[in-house]
Amino acid sequence: MKKSIVKGIYALWYREFKVFLNERSRIVSSVFLPIFWYFIFGSGVGSITATGGVKYQHFIFPGFLAMTIIFSSLFNGAYIVWDKKIDFLKEVLIAPLSRTTIFIGKVVGGMTDALIQASILIIIGCFLGIPFTAFKIVVSFFILFVFTIGLVSLGLIIGSFLESPESFGLVSSFVVYPLFLLSGSLYPLSNLPSWMKVLTHLDPATYAVDGLRQVILKTSTMSLAHNLTIIVIFDFVLIIIGSWAFQRMKL
Amino acid sequence: MMHCVMNDPKMNTIEITALSKKYKDLTAVDGVNLSIAKGEIFGLLGPNGAGKTTLLMMLSTLLKPTAGKALVNGYDVIKQPAKVRKSIGMVFQDPSSDELLSAYENLKLHALMYDVPLKHINNKIDEVLALVGLEKRKQDKVKQFSGGMRRRMEIARGLLHQPQVLFLDEPTLGLDPQTREHIWNYIESLAQQTGMTIILTTHYMEEAEKLCTKIGIIDHGKIIAHDTTEKLRETVEGDLVVLEGKNILTEELRKIPFIKKITVVNKHVELTVTDAAKNLQQLLVTIGSIDFIEVHPPDLNDVFLYYTGKQIRETEGGTMEHFRSITRARQTK
Repeated sequence: MKKSIVKGIYALWYREFKVFLNERSRIVSSVFLPIFWYFIFGSGVGSITATGGVKYQHFIFPGFLAMTIIFSSLFNGAYIVWDKKIDFLKEVLIAPLSRTTIFIGKVVGGMTDALIQASILIIIGCFLGIPFTAFKIVVSFFILFVFTIGLVSLGLIIGSFLESPESFGLVSSFVVYPLFLLSGSLYPLSNLPSWMKVLTHLDPATYAVDGLRQVILKTSTMSLAHNLTIIVIFDFVLIIIGSWAFQRMKL
Repeated sequence: MMHCVMNDPKMNTIEITALSKKYKDLTAVDGVNLSIAKGEIFGLLGPNGAGKTTLLMMLSTLLKPTAGKALVNGYDVIKQPAKVRKSIGMVFQDPSSDELLSAYENLKLHALMYDVPLKHINNKIDEVLALVGLEKRKQDKVKQFSGGMRRRMEIARGLLHQPQVLFLDEPTLGLDPQTREHIWNYIESLAQQTGMTIILTTHYMEEAEKLCTKIGIIDHGKIIAHDTTEKLRETVEGDLVVLEGKNILTEELRKIPFIKKITVVNKHVELTVTDAAKNLQQLLVTIGSIDFIEVHPPDLNDVFLYYTGKQIRETEGGTMEHFRSITRARQTK
């Protein structure tokens, strides 16, 4: 790869990372939101549910790792609509970099943010009694890593199509929450009504959550290889659409 | 010999031939021909919506021309966009820096994107910040900057990769008069120190007059006059006489041979009069009673009026916003 391309990717990563460090409130909220869910929702629903020998709070923990990744990646990607609003995007697009380089730089930047947040949550999870081992952490991190690629791309694709930040709320309602709620983060996939079964299997997050459950809690519906394959396919498709979306993006 | 050099197109930093940008029912730039020599400070003067920004966007490869050709620093904007981009620095009309980052971080981001050698980045940043007088604010977040400081920072950023041409799109739009003066001084000293070609768009006469060595007047997407400020002034033959009154006999005035041109603007009547000192008395006798009279040698405002038949309006944000929303809507289709 040419040096200027590597520098270009580094440039975009540098910006995302600096913004991330400067927005501490965002980090705090994105880490604490799952913690609230864990304690309040987990304890409340846990008191009336049985999830096959696994404590309900533990059962939903992998879902919160996925949740952090979904929220962070999608918002990070869609944030590009703000760059459009100010002329910052023009400054980036006028630079002597290819659109693909810009896209990759943005993906790498968004992934860094999301994975740092997920890592913090994993550490907190160790203190909450989630049965982590060093090996489980490495494999979980790998699943999250692969999962983030496609999600940041999805956020960037949406952001590249959005016209104004006012439509940002739509992303939250129609993409972020459905992805999270349909992922089986909060419930087992086994006894669902058939319409919901279809929807959950269309949600890429389902495979990440199931994979994480397999690794961390040794309970899952599908095999890890199956889950990872689907996530990787999801990544490839979205990278291709994302590069295309960036090529066509006008100011 | 001199003649040969002048005709060599390589001497011109910008060479535009029959350049047009058309949208469905709007021609934003209409067959523009223009050459801008190396080292010039060229002003594109025109009202809002005249096509200044569109022209600049095409020269900077952000917009594809519908027809025609443009060379920037010898490179074709359509066929060699990457080389054009490396040759130019751009300061956009609206803020284009990340306000969550510091001045240093914004500049570093820019340097990395333009492949400035890593070991030179810090020195270059100090150098350009000193040029715009912001060296002490290097570590401050852009959020804390005033509008003028931010603009200066963005001008510095545009210089970071040592471009051959610097584009400034309305460099003082929305700034208060004092800040405007400051920015002008920085641009002037910049031109002196670097000798680079600077192309700016403006709808402020004063700005064009103060900064530019050459001016192109653009209206409805066409360059209608293009010359040095002095030469442009000379095209207005005679002095300007502005009259105000209830019963000005414009018909009578038309019969007088020393009145070259009559323009009615709102309540005023503007006359171009040859040798006003000699002819003023006869003029006053002819027009009868008036409330107000002003005589002055032509300035750029008059030049503009002479060519376009209208005053350049200073504040017209609405039109521009409208135009922009049109172009944006079109582009997304």
